[in-house]
Amino acid sequence: MAEKKDPNAERVNIMYAPVNLDYRFTASDHTSRFLESIRNGQFIGSQVSEGAPVYVPPRPVCPETGLPAERLVELPDTGKVHWYTIVHIPIPDNPIKPPFVVANILLDGADITFLHLISGCDNDDIDIGMRVKAVWKPEAERTHSPANIHFFAPIDKADALAEELAKEA
Amino acid sequence: MRDVAIVNYKQTPATRDSLATNELQMLQSVIQGVIKESGVELSDMDFVCSGSCDYLAGAAFAFVEAIEAVGPFPPIKESHVEMDGAWALYEAVLKIRTGEADSALIYGFGKSSPGDLRSVLSLQLDPYYLAPLWLDTISAAALQAAQCLDKGVLSEADMAAVVSRSRANAKSVAGTQLSGDYSIEELLAEPTFVSPLRMHDCAPITDGASVMIIATPEKARQWCDTPVVISGLDNRIESSMPTLRDLTVSRSTETAGKAAGVGSKPVEFAELHAPFSHQEILLQKALGLDASVDINPSGGALAANTMMAAGLDRIGHAAKMIQSGRYTRGVAHATSGSCLQHNLVAVLEAVS
Amino acid sequence: MNSPEIMQEDFSVHYTYTRSTGPVIGDFLTALRDKKQILGIKGSDGRTLVPPMEFDPITTEPLSEMVDVSDQGTVTSFCWVKNPIKHHHIQHPFAFATIRLDGADTDFIHMVDCGDEARISVGSRVKARWADERSGTMTDIVAFDVTGA
Repeated sequence: MAEKKDPNAERVNIMYAPVNLDYRFTASDHTSRFLESIRNGQFIGSQVSEGAPVYVPPRPVCPETGLPAERLVELPDTGKVHWYTIVHIPIPDNPIKPPFVVANILLDGADITFLHLISGCDNDDIDIGMRVKAVWKPEAERTHSPANIHFFAPIDKADALAEELAKEA
Repeated sequence: MRDVAIVNYKQTPATRDSLATNELQMLQSVIQGVIKESGVELSDMDFVCSGSCDYLAGAAFAFVEAIEAVGPFPPIKESHVEMDGAWALYEAVLKIRTGEADSALIYGFGKSSPGDLRSVLSLQLDPYYLAPLWLDTISAAALQAAQCLDKGVLSEADMAAVVSRSRANAKSVAGTQLSGDYSIEELLAEPTFVSPLRMHDCAPITDGASVMIIATPEKARQWCDTPVVISGLDNRIESSMPTLRDLTVSRSTETAGKAAGVGSKPVEFAELHAPFSHQEILLQKALGLDASVDINPSGGALAANTMMAAGLDRIGHAAKMIQSGRYTRGVAHATSGSCLQHNLVAVLEAVS
Repeated sequence: MNSPEIMQEDFSVHYTYTRSTGPVIGDFLTALRDKKQILGIKGSDGRTLVPPMEFDPITTEPLSEMVDVSDQGTVTSFCWVKNPIKHHHIQHPFAFATIRLDGADTDFIHMVDCGDEARISVGSRVKARWADERSGTMTDIVAFDVTGA
């Protein structure tokens, strides 16, 4: 391939105008509690009142009513695949190698889905509605991050996979 | 064209850093507050329009998260401006005037505490000639103040008098940021910050959110006893290069004020969005307001300056003061950009 | 329920913007880079606008007649930045100033690096200090130095 010509060799045709801005993010109460809970290997969600839709991760406000969703509820780490896609192209800076499965997962007891990875089975065997369970990192390796979950796996294989991955680590 | 009236307005307490209370929560509390106070439902609002700036949070599409505060399900009619909420009000007023809506909810919010506001706002400058110099907001305003002082348009004592009055007036406003009794001598004895500006000549950095309900006069009368009619509304802009305008006057404010009909009847008071003390004097002159006019009875932006809401706040405070019976006719102003580049003027009147 | 401990995380946003310079700004930046020269442009009223604008601020007509102006001029206003912020190019006290370059009819905004507020006033004569390595941006001029009262 021919060497890329400097657009500014003869004349300044491009001005480089990088902008760096520094911020300090402060997590909301709900977000702090959620990050704390996933460090402990648990999920929590929020709702306006008992019986109302449960949002996970917990949202401070119910988008249906605009009311504060202050009630926190513990949720199991099991659920089902709501929809999924198989990614065949590498994503820059992402250590996960294709093909891999990204799925929208509906936890048992929750009313909204969230995105995570599915593994532990043949990609061709994944189906909408399939029951899955979180495969957690060993407790000592967990931080305040959704990366505490390696991925979700078919429910009957999840515990065995977690043990296996812990041995490898 | 149909008239438009303000039904109600509410703002959160102004704080330097709202910490774990995020934008959505600030909005949620104030939106529910105004809805309950007015005895209406969110579903009564034909249109929702908001103003905010994603650079403040450092996240693209940060404004989308805020929409949950208005319960947007089933889907609603909604719009957003990357400007002060006063311009969201402008858009909503057009919707009502043109018959597209009979009512609207407007909000503006800004959590400036996570970033460095002086740097963030310098990105609103000309990207080729000024932004690369990182001419920050305070330095740009200080150059304007220096020109005003050099030309004899105003004095440092005039600027201190603006601050003294702002803080004294703010004492009667609940939840504001800076208030109290400060003499002109005391203020002039303070050191300069970015000379000729002293720290107190600059608006504080504020986290907050504000919301307003407007409607046709007929609907407004159903919802409140004292609707306030927006009898004039106009906004004008000038060059983005401060060196191509005379910074010692505000031509766009003058033009907008005339178009909005400021001088057609006596003005009792004005709420002017001046983030710097000298700018209040320039605005007062541009709108032809004499010494009989009460300026910034709320304390103005020098008392609390929520980015993307402080202009809407001026209109909101003005409406509330008319609703309280203190005044019957006033002017509210909002500004945007560097050194009073873009200005909006609203004339508010009690319904007789 | 008690409030949890407040969790905070610092992050930086880096926008790698590049901008097309177009016919007028490109010529201006090229002259800074290659010739250490500041260009203005003739406006509809015959004034020389510096920096050069693509469109006339009065008539909105496109402008094209570039003219040389001096890299020396007179301070018309200034503010003194006692405590520079992180992004400022000069990290000790300095002035932002409007400068009327010789041959120009509008002011040019840049930094004046003179160490002490007492060394600058309206009317001070200043001269551009050029960067050794220039890339075609406003900061090809490091700052202006005061050359006389």
